[in-house]
Amino acid sequence: MTPRQRRWIFLVAGGGFLAFYLWGLIGLPGFGNYPGPYGDIINAIAVPQTHATGVVSAVNFEYRAFDTLGEEFILFIAATGVATVLRHLREERDTSAVDEAKNRDVPATSDAIAMVTLAFIGPTIVVGWYLASHAQTSPSGGFQGGIVLATAFVLVYLAGQFIVFKRLSPIALTDAIEAIGAGSFAAVGIAALALGAAYLTNILPLGSTPGAVNSAGTIALISFFVGVEVAAAFILIIGELLEQTLIVREGDR
Amino acid sequence: MMTALQVTLLVLVAAGATAVVLTRDPIRQVVSVSIYGLLLAVLFMAFQAPDVTLSELTVGAVALPLLLLLTLAKVRKQEE
Repeated sequence: MTPRQRRWIFLVAGGGFLAFYLWGLIGLPGFGNYPGPYGDIINAIAVPQTHATGVVSAVNFEYRAFDTLGEEFILFIAATGVATVLRHLREERDTSAVDEAKNRDVPATSDAIAMVTLAFIGPTIVVGWYLASHAQTSPSGGFQGGIVLATAFVLVYLAGQFIVFKRLSPIALTDAIEAIGAGSFAAVGIAALALGAAYLTNILPLGSTPGAVNSAGTIALISFFVGVEVAAAFILIIGELLEQTLIVREGDR
Repeated sequence: MMTALQVTLLVLVAAGATAVVLTRDPIRQVVSVSIYGLLLAVLFMAFQAPDVTLSELTVGAVALPLLLLLTLAKVRKQEE
């Protein structure tokens, strides 16, 4: 195919796309105009029905909990896949990272970076924990909280403490915690089945005050398990990548 | 009605996305994609979606650039 033909095909296809795109745009509802009843119904009934003032969490972990379970397992399988692929590579290569880096001049972590990252570890853990455990009262949730928690581990690495990072998150343990987090979510649903309710029905007491931390029953519980799963999955991926990517200083071993 | 803040942020996001595409060096691209993630997060906040803001902050501005950096480091090591 000559460049000239290719350009013609692009122009025809691009023109067709543009026409359909503009046609579709004309039919869109106006900015800020919400025609559907679903959101309004949820806004009206979610707080009295679930006692969760974080209505987005109520949708994610209660009304659409089954969707969230699927998303959870997408992440689970993705992390497992990364770990499997990278582990295969590690076995293939006998030379360790230390040997390869022997002749390379590795700059030490500066005191400034170490200080700043170490100072941020505590607050990061607090924020992550808060986000993961307050889905029922705020627009947060286990997903965001889990990644923030995992970031705390990355800060340990950035502070120049690769060995501490590895000691804090041994791969077998991270693997197991990830599986426990994902499995517990599914188990909450099965517990409802055992009690004769539909899968993932909110079977726990909702608490008397909507918006209290101990309210909203399984919403808080599921969010917490999602946080555990996401944090472990992310630490696992980062750990596997660090293991075979970055230079390990001999003093760190 | 769209507020001035929302219009400004939409323009900034469009500029940010263009900047990411036009950055040629992958390492610099990681930095620009991180800033783009930050811009998107602020945009979502201005459109009253704080939950999406939190997701975008953690994934777009932190997790994605981190994974990209690690992957680039790995690719470079294999090329040596």
